[in-house]
Amino acid sequence: MSLTLKNVSLIVDGQTHIYDTTVELVPAGFNILLGTTLSGKTTLMRLMAGLVQPSSGRILFNGDDVTGVAVQKRNVSMVYQQFINYPNMSVFDNIASPLRLSGLARAEIRKRVETVADLLRLGPFLKRKPSALSGGQQQRCAMARALVKDSDLVLLDEPLANLDYKLREELRDELPRLFAARERTVVYATTEPSEALLLGGYTAALHEGRITQFGPTGDVYRHPVDKQTASVFSDPPINLIPVTKTGERLQTSHGANWRVYGAFRDLGDGEYELGVRPHHVQPHDGAGDGAVIEGRVQVAEISGSESMVHFDLEGRPWVSLAHGVRAFGVGETARFKIDVDHSMLFSPQGETVATMRA
Amino acid sequence: MSAKTTNQKAWLLVAPVVVLVAFNAVIPLMTVVNYSVQETFGDNLFFFEGMKWFEEVLSSERFHDSLLRQLQFTFIILAIEVPLGVAIALAMPRRGFWASVCLVLMAMPLLIPWNVVGAMWNIFALPDIGLLGKTLNAMGFDYNFTRQPFSAWATLIAMDVWHWTSLVVLLSYAGLSSIPDAYYQAARIDGASAWAVFRYIQLPKLKHVLTIAVLLRFMDSFNIYTEPFVLTGGGPGNSTTLLSLDLVKIALGQFDLGPAAAMSLIYFLIILLFSWIFYTVMTRGEDR
Amino acid sequence: MARIELRDLRHSYLAHPAGDADYALKKVDLVWEDGGAYALLGPSGCGKTTLLNIISGLLTPSEGSILFDDVEVTDKSPEQRQIAQVFQFPVVYDTMTVYDNLAFPLRNRGVPENDVDARVRAVADMTDLTAMLKQKAAGLTADGKQKISLGRGLVREDVNVIMFDEPLTVIDPHLKWKLRSKLKELHQRVKTTMIYVTHDQTEALTFADQVVVMHEGWVVQQGTPVELFERPRHTFVGHFIGSPGMNLMPCELADSVARVAGHAIAIEDAPKTPPHGDAALELGVRPEFVSFVDVDEGLPVDIVAVRDTGRNHIVETDFAGHRVRALVPEGMPVPEGRAAIRFDPAYTRVYADSWLFE
Repeated sequence: MSLTLKNVSLIVDGQTHIYDTTVELVPAGFNILLGTTLSGKTTLMRLMAGLVQPSSGRILFNGDDVTGVAVQKRNVSMVYQQFINYPNMSVFDNIASPLRLSGLARAEIRKRVETVADLLRLGPFLKRKPSALSGGQQQRCAMARALVKDSDLVLLDEPLANLDYKLREELRDELPRLFAARERTVVYATTEPSEALLLGGYTAALHEGRITQFGPTGDVYRHPVDKQTASVFSDPPINLIPVTKTGERLQTSHGANWRVYGAFRDLGDGEYELGVRPHHVQPHDGAGDGAVIEGRVQVAEISGSESMVHFDLEGRPWVSLAHGVRAFGVGETARFKIDVDHSMLFSPQGETVATMRA
Repeated sequence: MSAKTTNQKAWLLVAPVVVLVAFNAVIPLMTVVNYSVQETFGDNLFFFEGMKWFEEVLSSERFHDSLLRQLQFTFIILAIEVPLGVAIALAMPRRGFWASVCLVLMAMPLLIPWNVVGAMWNIFALPDIGLLGKTLNAMGFDYNFTRQPFSAWATLIAMDVWHWTSLVVLLSYAGLSSIPDAYYQAARIDGASAWAVFRYIQLPKLKHVLTIAVLLRFMDSFNIYTEPFVLTGGGPGNSTTLLSLDLVKIALGQFDLGPAAAMSLIYFLIILLFSWIFYTVMTRGEDR
Repeated sequence: MARIELRDLRHSYLAHPAGDADYALKKVDLVWEDGGAYALLGPSGCGKTTLLNIISGLLTPSEGSILFDDVEVTDKSPEQRQIAQVFQFPVVYDTMTVYDNLAFPLRNRGVPENDVDARVRAVADMTDLTAMLKQKAAGLTADGKQKISLGRGLVREDVNVIMFDEPLTVIDPHLKWKLRSKLKELHQRVKTTMIYVTHDQTEALTFADQVVVMHEGWVVQQGTPVELFERPRHTFVGHFIGSPGMNLMPCELADSVARVAGHAIAIEDAPKTPPHGDAALELGVRPEFVSFVDVDEGLPVDIVAVRDTGRNHIVETDFAGHRVRALVPEGMPVPEGRAAIRFDPAYTRVYADSWLFE
């Protein structure tokens, strides 16, 4: 089914929570809302569900205006960050609860519940109470309830945030497969860029109540339209530094400079801001060829296969996500090389004026 | 971020309660207001008197005396019950069999009907046959609550403390139980003394329940009637005639409906005013 | 500061434990050097919190002893052990200012007010709390409160060890890495022994010099992040550390040659023969050490799925019925359909009954 928000905005007590937003979700697709806490992800979901009515604008399901329609009549399922199950019911009854309301035959209910339970590997636990399940199983039970309902729209609000690291990894693998199996539109909110990338699908980047960009996840990641989107889609945050372009060279205020080519060369001379993701900044031992910068190391964190080096570049906090183990002393001056092929330039207003790589 | 759904139908759901409250509280209150500005000589004959009864009550020495007695009583029982209640709650075990035993024992006085409490204490304190009265006299104290104002006051306060400290204990106990273990662990690690733990962890976390406890005890003690009525009947003389006892004497004893109504309203406003001031002060400077 | 030694520690929450299954902590023998940064890593229920509480003195072990600088402290209380702890949910004294919170542990010990002031200001400077010293602690954000908790530990000069119990749980995701690198930086400056408990491998690996991996009450490995990554001693370590975790598949071993489904796999310094006849053997190799080669030169696989993480592609393959994942760096070609892979012989391991066999 298709879901469209047309000029939707939400103002509560004079405060704007959602600015004028128009977006058409991808039908039967995995739509991700990516943004930091309080960027408006949950509010947007509540608008889609009909739990909140917009201050202006319209919400269309398959082209029909459902703006004033109550949530009960929209055939929507929602899964929350907290594991919400009925504590006094067994897992089976929990999953069956949305079907009981629809008046299906007992045998049919049993069949559907068992199918969904098997899909979510809850088969052995159907007779247990939610309190006798692990966190991951409890959340799978909540998801099973959303799945069994056969709703047109499933809203998942940071469903993995309260789970252990490894469990999150497993469920991330399974989720797109689970939901892709049917003709339903999925909306998934997350704060983590890596999660958005792993889930794939389409991503809407949110910043302070605005959707800054919506498109295939990889495109939004590699070609952000502005600095906000690039920042939202980078963890650790994207490295930024003001640069001046003169002829074929880019120069920082402290004099580091290098020759540019491709999309960068065609830009007019002037002031820009350079953005580079942490893994495109690598420690550099060789001579000063190319985009080599010098920074003062604050701390290096080694994670086994890579190192995260935090350094100060001309007063800006920068991070290099380096391959392998790189030990640095605190306060040491070190050289890093920027992977120019993967850098981006922003205008002083924050719009992307050039990205290097497709 | 959160937003409220605006749905006018919700008012319909509230309507029954509004009707109930109207019959229960608003209409009786308006009757009292009506009485307070009129003079009646029976036969349903009423004459408008304006503020006369209010002026009379406010300037009467009798009212001043009973209000002063009331304030003394309330202040004394609060000063005893709140610290005592907190102290008992602190001393109670947190979990296990004995915690349940303590809770049941604590809840017991709250379950006894008020007039029974009064009667119990009356008999208990009788100087000639009561266990308490006889013991005190045998120990050489000259104790007789039916004759000496001081004995009467002491008995009245002891009775109230016995009856109502449990309420403060139970509220404080609930408040203390909600403090996560991590706070106590952190305090131990920081080398905090038992006093510091109380002052910087327990007391701040008890602030909200204690506000409620003080408000409840304040309002209840202003409204207290049955127990002193059964115990002392306001005597000896007028020495334990609290506001509510005085009000009933005027309204039913003398059938002066006008002054009684005016006094009720003044009484009501005093409780409201004190409660409001107290609540505002206690919750000042908080975000929500 | 102190060297910490754990000798034959066992702990059960039951009064009369019968077998191993009744023990939350099965057997722990460890020595932690003075001034080190250690992490206890494992999923929920692995015994790491039990171990933490035993070290801090909140729990007395059923068996075994704890020594601080060769002095037995097993029966001593937390305050006698001179430890500090940062809890999962921030613990601050709400009614006090930030300054008084930091001064609290010193004032309790009767330190003169002049010294208190100097220490508080020094610690406030380290933890970036100087600007907030006069504010009420209750008004701070979660990361501010955690810094206060940490500061209360740092302020005492006699602290033997500072312990962290999942300290980033309530921190906003985009602030997590900031606080994390702050901790690392502080450790490098003050050199107090620090123990960090977490289920998050990234937190553990980036913070600690030595990571202790726990699994079902056992310590399965203690080592540097690099050792855990390159030479996991137990399949659990291979699985739990790294994202995605190690590829594991049943194998056979004869004359220093490992075979998976008949395919010979080269391993550097391979053990000659299995430890005993019925040992369950597994071959383990991390996705980082699986590469694609020309079709006739490697192990034949079918590509099942490809996922984009931004920095890498995770390529999921089917190798003789086993799922094998490979990481292909950004910008490198990703094969389709039938392909061939090669395991790096230097980083391919054999496990017998889940333990590294060498």
